[in-house]
Amino acid sequence: MRVRKMLFVMLAALVLISCGGTKQADVIKVGWFGALTGDQAVWGNNEYKTVQMLFEEMNAAGGIKVGDKTYKLEVIGYDNKGDAQEAVNVVRRLTSQDKVVAILGPNASGNAIPIAPILEAAKVPDIATVATNPKVTVLDGKVKPYNFRVCFIDPYQGAVAAGYAYDVLGARKAAVLYDVADDYSQGLREFFNQNFKAKGGQIVADESFKFGDVDFRPQLSKIKASNTDIIFMPYFFKEVALSANQARELGITQPMMGGDGWPSEQLISMGGAAVEGCYFVNHLDYEDPDVADYKARYKKKYGVDTELNGYLVHDAVLMLVEGLKIAGKVDGEALAKALEKVDFQGITGHVRIDPATHNPTGKDAAILKIINGQYVFQQKYAAK
Amino acid sequence: MDAYLEGILILSGINLIAVMGLCLLTGFAGLFSFGHAGFMAIGAYTAAIFTKMLGLPFVFGIAASAVSAAIVSWLIGMATLKLKGDYFCIATLGFGEAIRLILDNFQGLGGSRGWPGIPASSTLLNIVILDIIGVVLIANLVRSRHGRNMIAVREEELAAQVAGINTYKYKMLALVISAAYAGVAGALLGHYMTFIQPKMFSMVKSTELTIIVIFGGLGSISGSVIGAVVLTFLPELLRVVDKWRLVAYGMAVIAIMIGRPRGLMGGFELTPASFRKLFAERKAAREIKAASRLYSDDDSAQGAGR
Repeated sequence: MRVRKMLFVMLAALVLISCGGTKQADVIKVGWFGALTGDQAVWGNNEYKTVQMLFEEMNAAGGIKVGDKTYKLEVIGYDNKGDAQEAVNVVRRLTSQDKVVAILGPNASGNAIPIAPILEAAKVPDIATVATNPKVTVLDGKVKPYNFRVCFIDPYQGAVAAGYAYDVLGARKAAVLYDVADDYSQGLREFFNQNFKAKGGQIVADESFKFGDVDFRPQLSKIKASNTDIIFMPYFFKEVALSANQARELGITQPMMGGDGWPSEQLISMGGAAVEGCYFVNHLDYEDPDVADYKARYKKKYGVDTELNGYLVHDAVLMLVEGLKIAGKVDGEALAKALEKVDFQGITGHVRIDPATHNPTGKDAAILKIINGQYVFQQKYAAK
Repeated sequence: MDAYLEGILILSGINLIAVMGLCLLTGFAGLFSFGHAGFMAIGAYTAAIFTKMLGLPFVFGIAASAVSAAIVSWLIGMATLKLKGDYFCIATLGFGEAIRLILDNFQGLGGSRGWPGIPASSTLLNIVILDIIGVVLIANLVRSRHGRNMIAVREEELAAQVAGINTYKYKMLALVISAAYAGVAGALLGHYMTFIQPKMFSMVKSTELTIIVIFGGLGSISGSVIGAVVLTFLPELLRVVDKWRLVAYGMAVIAIMIGRPRGLMGGFELTPASFRKLFAERKAAREIKAASRLYSDDDSAQGAGR
C-alpha cells in the first residue's frame, strides 16, 4: 500500500513537472493528420516526417516570433487511414482535446471536405496539402472560412494537361483511361476532356477501370483501335506502371500523359521502359534550385528520398508561420484571417492566397518528361 | 460536451442502428450479409436527395431512406433469398459492390468525387432517440410470433418449413427490416459527415458491421448494442499505440473471440428480468456466504474455547 502511495506521489510530481515545463517555454500546438497506414501511407509518412523535421529545425533556431513573444512549435499527428469518418474523428480530437491552433493536411480531397463544419465550429484553420478538388475550399459558390490549400486545383491541372497536349505536343485526338472509383481520377478526366474539346480537339476513346484492377488490356485494345495521338492517364503510379507496360505490350506507341499522381520512385522501377518519353503535370520541378536544399535535408535526416507531398507540406508549414506572423497572436480566428493575406516565396513557387477561393494564385504547373528513367523538366506551363 | 467524445458517441449511435438491423438478419434469421453498406449508401443518397436537393425536413429524409432501402432489399430478396447459406452471402457481397460502383459512375450525385454540403442535421439527441426506438422495435419483434418463427428458420429451416412456417416470407421480412435500419443509419451518417462518397460504403464497412454483430454475440440484442459502442470506441482509444493501432485492434478482437467464442453476450440478454435474476442470485450467494460464515464463526469460537 505504501509503495503504491509513493508511486502515486511520484507520478503526480512528474505530471506537475511536465506541466510546468510546457508553461515556461511557450508552445504553439499544430495538428497534422493523414494516412500513416493503408494504401496512402507513403505520402502520409512523408508529410508527417517533413513537418517534424521543419519544426525541429525552427525550434533549434530559437523558435518563431509571433507578436512580441517567441514560441516553439509542436506537432500532434494522427493517422486516419485515408478514411473520411476517421478524418472527422481526429479533427474533433485535435480541436477539442489537443486545442491546436491550426491543422496541416490532409492530402486527400475526400478527407478534407467533411472536416469543414468542425473547423468552423472550433475556429481552427486547416491547410490542405495536395487536396486538388475545388470543393475543398469552396462550396456552392461560397468560400469556406477555415479551409486553405497550397496546391493548384483539378480544373487547373486538367486545363494544363489539355493545353500542353494540344498546343505544345500538337495532339488533336486524345484517348482517356481513368479510374472510375477514384475521386481524383474522375475530376482530372472531366476537366481534361472539357478543356481538350474546348480547344478543338477530339476525345476518341474514354475508357474506365476500377481501383484494384490489374488487367487493362480490354480498355487498351479499344484505345489502340481509336488511332489516338496521345493517351491521358489521370491516376496513381501503381496503375500507371501496370497499364503502361500492358499498353506497350499491345503495341501502343503513342506518348502517355498524366497528372500529379504519377511522380514516385516506384513509377520508374515498375514502369521502366514503358513510361519512357511520357509526360506529366506536376506541382514543381525536382531539379529546381529552390527545392534542392529541402530535398537534401530530408535525405540526410531520414535516409530516403522525399515524395511529392513533402514539398507541399513544406510550403504549408511556411504558410502557417507567415500567417502567425501577420496575425501577431496565437489564435485560430485571427490566423484564418491572416492566412488570406499571406504572400511569400515557397519552394514550390510563389504563394499568394486568393481571399475569394483560398487557393494559391499564380502558381504555374511544371511539365516533366521521363527520359532515361529520370524526371526531366520541360517547362513551366500556365493554362490560359 | 467535448466535441471529440460527442463525435464518437454519434458514430456509435449510427453504427448501432445499422448493427441492430443486421442483428435481426444474422442473429435471429441466420442469414449472413456482406452487402449492408450498400443499403446504407442507398439510404444516405436518398436522404440527401430529399434534404439537400428538395429542401425537405430531415424527418422526411430519414423516412425516405428507410423506405428506399427496404424496397431495394425486397427486390434483391426476391432474386436471392431462394439461395441457401453461403450463396446468399456472396450475392449480398456482389450487391454491395454493385451499388458502390453505380454511385461511382453516376455523375448526377457527384460520382466518386462525393457529394458535399449536406445539412448537418444529425445530432446526438435525435440519434439517441432513434437508437431507443430501434432497439425497442427489434426487442419486441423478436419476442413476438414473427420473431420466434425467424429463430425457428435459423435453427432448422427444413423443420420450420415442415411445421408450417413460410420460411421465405420470414427471411424476406428480416432482410427488409434490416435494410431499412441500414438505410436510416446511412441517412444519419450522411447528415453527420455533411459529405457522402461511395468510398465510404465499401465492403470494409459491411464487414465491420458483421464483425460487430458476431463480436457482440449472435442472437443477443444487448450484445449488438454493447458491440457497436465498444468497437466504435476501440480504434479511437487505441490511438495511444500510434501506428500499431490497427494491429492492436485486430488482436483485441481476436483475443475476445477466443476468450468468448459466442461473442461478448452470446445467448445472454440484458433485460430488467435478467438483472433481477442476476441480483437475486448475488443476494442468495451472499446469504449463503453469510450463513456459512456464521457457522464457521461458531466453529472457530468452539475451537478457541477448547
